[in-house]
Amino acid sequence: MANVSDDELKAMTQEERVTALGMRTDQLAGRAMRVEFDPDEEERFEYPWAPQVDFNKRGEIDADDFDTTGLNRQIRAMMAEGYGTIVLKNPRGKHSVGVGILTRLNLIIEGSCGYFAVGLIDGVNVRVNGRVGWSCGENMMAGTIVVEKNAGSTFGAAIRGGDLVCKGSVGSRTGIDQKGGTIIVGGDTGALSGFMMQRGRMVVCGNAGKNLGDSMYDGTIFVGGKIQSCGVDAVEAELTDLDKAWLTRKLTQYDLLPAKGVDHFTKIVAGKQLWNYDNLEPNEKKLIL
Amino acid sequence: MAGTRYRGSEIKDVDQFIKDKQGLQSEREKEIGQHIGYRYDVNLVPDYARLTPFLAKYIEIMGWSDLNWLEDVHMGYEDGAPAVFDRNNNGWVSIPKSISLPDNQQDRDMIARELLIKFQMSDRHPLVSLRKAYMKF
Repeated sequence: MANVSDDELKAMTQEERVTALGMRTDQLAGRAMRVEFDPDEEERFEYPWAPQVDFNKRGEIDADDFDTTGLNRQIRAMMAEGYGTIVLKNPRGKHSVGVGILTRLNLIIEGSCGYFAVGLIDGVNVRVNGRVGWSCGENMMAGTIVVEKNAGSTFGAAIRGGDLVCKGSVGSRTGIDQKGGTIIVGGDTGALSGFMMQRGRMVVCGNAGKNLGDSMYDGTIFVGGKIQSCGVDAVEAELTDLDKAWLTRKLTQYDLLPAKGVDHFTKIVAGKQLWNYDNLEPNEKKLIL
Repeated sequence: MAGTRYRGSEIKDVDQFIKDKQGLQSEREKEIGQHIGYRYDVNLVPDYARLTPFLAKYIEIMGWSDLNWLEDVHMGYEDGAPAVFDRNNNGWVSIPKSISLPDNQQDRDMIARELLIKFQMSDRHPLVSLRKAYMKF
């Protein structure tokens, strides 16, 4: 990386910064970006730019004193001061609370949130002592979110990593477009859960609504109760010993392990009938081209 | 009708894509000259008995009880060589030849997770430059 100070970068336009930092702006071809791991890399556990926070340093925010933007700014300001545990009081259903936090933090929300609660997070541990609206944990990258009561629709939409847990029941389209991570529902889930799921794991301890796993491309869904119906290309698979060990571990972690264990869970995977890598036969391509 | 049933191959050997760079096993793969699907089992859940000390420390520092997002990280195979997909870099990162590979995917996955964390947290990760170039001051 080019040796340019932050002050010099601040004075530049974005185009100048890109050039000064030695980044390419021309069209890349082939495998020009090949990168290799360094086996002697230094042991670090946080991003270089992340604020150093201490889980034992605890602070409180009264959400009544802020609008949503101000509230999220206040969380960042406290993290910059080293607070590693932040208790958020009186959220009163505010939307987009705690979004976009990209480092480790314990965030405790005392109350209920509106839509898009704690979306786009990377490494945060969140506990919501209430309910959440739709799309809680949307696009979450890493961390844990535990919702003590019920959640709205599209719970964990496009989640990419981490554990998203609702101890109550959730609405429809849970984990729509899930690309990784684990979604756990202590109660029931609505229709079209796991719709277009591409990767990751979903665990439903209760019942699942219509069209479970519709058009799922990959990933795994475990259901402890009844499945009203499976969607297109969602098929039942054998529950392995490794699956059972993983389920037991995960559900115990969140105090959701059923008294009768996990042997009764049904495992749903993609039938891979919709994989369209070869949606045109070579001869058909020739005809079109 | 084309494209309505799976015609890729099964993964049977941990070294399958090192021995066979192109990964063309099924009739359909040979016909189109392209491997169908992932080159590793994306649904393989981790065996926690194989956790490395580094990963255990990472989990502790993050305040987690398990591998969390790293459960989705596996060692893959790119161009006949082992590699890991780095979502922050949106590309494959190669495993150096100096690292000897265990004979099972579970242990390989643990190595992949450890290397990926060390790389993502380092100053030489492309995201460091990207942040400087594109972040709002």
